[in-house]
Parts: sequence; C-alpha cells; structure tokens
Amino acid sequence: MNKTLRIGLITVIGAFMLAIMPLPDWAVEFRPDWVTLVLIYWAMAFPSRIGVSVAWFAGLLLDVSYGTLMGQHAVGLVLVIYVIHIQHQRLRVASLLQQAIVICVLIFMKQLLVLWVDGMLGRAPDIGLYFMPTITSTLFWPWTYLILRDLRRKFSVEKHYQY
Amino acid sequence: MQTLFIRGPSATFRMVVLVAASIALMNVDHRWHSLEFVRSTLSSVIYPLQYTIDLPIRLFYWANESMSSQQSLLEKNREFEVRHLENRVQLQKLDIIEKENDRLRHLLGAIPKTTERLLISEIINVDLDPYKQLILLNKGSSSDVYQGQPIIDALGIMGQVVHVGVMSSTAMLITDASHAIPVQVNRTGLRAIAYGSGKIDQLNLRYLTQNVDIKVGDLLITSGLGEVFPANFPVAIISKVERPAGEPFAHIEAKPHAQLDKSREVLLVWRNEPELINEAAKNTTDEDKDKAQSEPQEEKEKDLTQRRGNRE
Repeated sequence: MNKTLRIGLITVIGAFMLAIMPLPDWAVEFRPDWVTLVLIYWAMAFPSRIGVSVAWFAGLLLDVSYGTLMGQHAVGLVLVIYVIHIQHQRLRVASLLQQAIVICVLIFMKQLLVLWVDGMLGRAPDIGLYFMPTITSTLFWPWTYLILRDLRRKFSVEKHYQY
Repeated sequence: MQTLFIRGPSATFRMVVLVAASIALMNVDHRWHSLEFVRSTLSSVIYPLQYTIDLPIRLFYWANESMSSQQSLLEKNREFEVRHLENRVQLQKLDIIEKENDRLRHLLGAIPKTTERLLISEIINVDLDPYKQLILLNKGSSSDVYQGQPIIDALGIMGQVVHVGVMSSTAMLITDASHAIPVQVNRTGLRAIAYGSGKIDQLNLRYLTQNVDIKVGDLLITSGLGEVFPANFPVAIISKVERPAGEPFAHIEAKPHAQLDKSREVLLVWRNEPELINEAAKNTTDEDKDKAQSEPQEEKEKDLTQRRGNRE
C-alpha cells in the first residue's frame, strides 16, 4: 500500500505542477483542471484512502497557489470528489466515454461554483472562454485515466483491484 | 488494509462538514483577512513546487547570460558606462534641487518628504488565477515584506503585495479588476482614482465629470493619498478620453507606465515615515536625516503598515 500511496502522492504533486506551469498567453484559458482530474482517478481507485478530506486539503493548497479566496476551489473539489466517492463502483465499470461525460458535468459544476463566488464578490471575469477548462479536462480524461492506471498497475503491489 | 465496512463518519457527513468549513473560511478570508497565517503556512508547502517550475526558466536565462560572447558583453558594458555617466550628471542636478526643496519646505514649516528604501525581487514564473492580475515574488516575510507593500519597476508603479509567505509573496498588479490606486494628473494636479480593468494594458478613471481638464498623453502620478503608495511615482499615461453626450461622466482610459507583463525583476518599496515638524526642525543636517532612516524608524513603520494593511 505504501508504494501505491507514494505513486499517488507523486502524481498529485505532478498535477499541481501542471496547474501552475506557465503557459503561453493564448493557452492559459484552455488549461485542463489537472488536480481535479488526478484526484478523481485516485478517488475511484482508492475510495478508502482518497476521499473528501484529502480533496478539501488539496483544494486549499490550490487556493493558496492560485491566490484565490481560501476555500473557493476547496468547496468545488469536495463536492466533485464526494460524487465520485459515492458512485465509484458504477464509474469503475463504465466506459471511458461515459466516465468522461460524468466528469464533464462535475468539472462544469466546480467551475460554476468558483465563478459564483467571484460573482458574489463583484469581480466576475468575462465569461468568454471561462468554461474552456471543462471541455479540455473532458478531452484529457481518457489519457489521464489510462496513464494513471498503468502507473498504478506497474507500481502497485496489491492485486485485488483490477481497475 | 481494506476493511469491509467504512469506519468513522460517513462520506456524506464529512462532505457537509467540509463544505460548511469552506464557506466559513471564504467568509472569514473575505471579510476580515485574518487567514494570512494559514495562507503563509500553506504557501511554504507550495513554494518548492513553484521554485521547481521556475528553475528551468531561470537556468535558461543563466545559460543565456554565461554563453554570451565577450564582444557583446563589452558592448553592453560600454553602453552602460555611457548611460551611467549621463545619469550621474542628471543626479547632480537632482541632488541640488532636492536640497533646495528641503530648505524651502523647512522654511514653510511643511512636513519633510518621505524617503524610500528599495529591495530587488525576482518574479517567479508560475501561472496564478488566469482571471486575476497576480504575480509571485521570491521575497517574503523573511525579507520584511509586508501586506500592502507597493512594488515598482524602473518605469513606474506595478502594484502591491497582497499575500505574504515566508519565502515568497503574491502581488496584485494595478490593472487587476479589484484594484484601485489614488492618482493625480501631473499637468493639472487633478486627483482621481485609477481602477484596474482586468486587462494588462488598461486602467479606467471613473466618475470624472464631462468637463474635466484632461487629455490624451497626460501623465498620472501617485498622489500618496490612501497611504499605501508613495507619492509622485508615475502610474500611467492617458490613452483615451471620450465625452459621450448624455452621460454624466467621461470615459477615460490610461495605459500603465510600468512594464507590467515584461519585467522580470521588481522593486519592493519601504517608506520611511516623515518626522514630525518640531523633530524635523531639530534635525536639519544631512547626517541626522540619514540616521533617521535606520532601525527604530522601520519598527514604527511596520506597526503603522500592519494597522493599515487592508487593500484598497
């Protein structure tokens, strides 16, 4: 289990780095929500370890690194991981396409929450490309899933999870 | 080990508690700004990641510098020497004018000018919230950076520090949609407030009447009101003045003077509070004034700035 946790931690750190990596100006608004994607995978694979508490902490770290209000990303991330958590058995047997659709809806909801908070503070940004990350995250989900699954299978010592 | 039954509180219960906690946190953070210690602790966790992301870029610049040929270095050096000489000539004049100004102010019994202390800080190349104009600096509370501290570059005001970590700090640029800076038109002395527009190259001057004396090309400088920014630093140049008929206010846009999206290095500014008039009357010689810039003054200044640490 320790080995799996370690690979989990490394992938989450990787996701954080991708989340803050400088991109060219035109690409900034298309950046997939890496931290949410990676946490969704681990919440599906290890619901007993990766749950809403981990998601909340990760959300707070995301808030600190983005300079947003404390709890703004955290509340969205908690809700997303909660849905994944209670539905993980169904999601595991779903096809990649079906998973991607669910994730599209969840990430849209998370972004809507973040936008909602900004709106309440009276500084809502232009809506133009605001929901682009929902689309790019959905497109990147199959690859994220396959890469993380292969990583987990390669480094995992336990055998009783087959997904 | 995998257990058959879930132990501890159910996921639903935890979700409800954490959502409530997040809402409480957001409220506290927004209304009272009292979560800075949590933020600064968590930012120390994030800092190694940010540093690692920045490292390749830093290496690239370093390699660029160390690989440049002797010829180009010599040329650069010569260019700098010429510019240095020019600057020194101008500085001589400035020095005399400053002394004269001090004498005149003293004659008037006015409060002496504030002086500034500067520290160079590098911008760490990471992306923050794409819908805000924030930058990350590599100096934090270990270098006495404080919340609300102004940052400038060689050309003008860039913004102010909003969150302070131990090794790093986050600064908001003057063009952020939630930022406002008190300014003055250099030509006429007209006071106004320049609001950020959310675009990197635009500030808005709202609530100025139709008949206001302002035109394209006017320089805006900080007025020093609000006690966050030091007075008389260039902020922006008026780029557009429209006076639409039938509206109470003119539409005025300005372009920031500082290179907000190009600078790699910024200057953090500490203000030395002006001494009171009777104190100033005693310390007229230059040596005394130099002494006044040392330690105890800074302590007092820190207290003051903490008290007024709120954003505009």
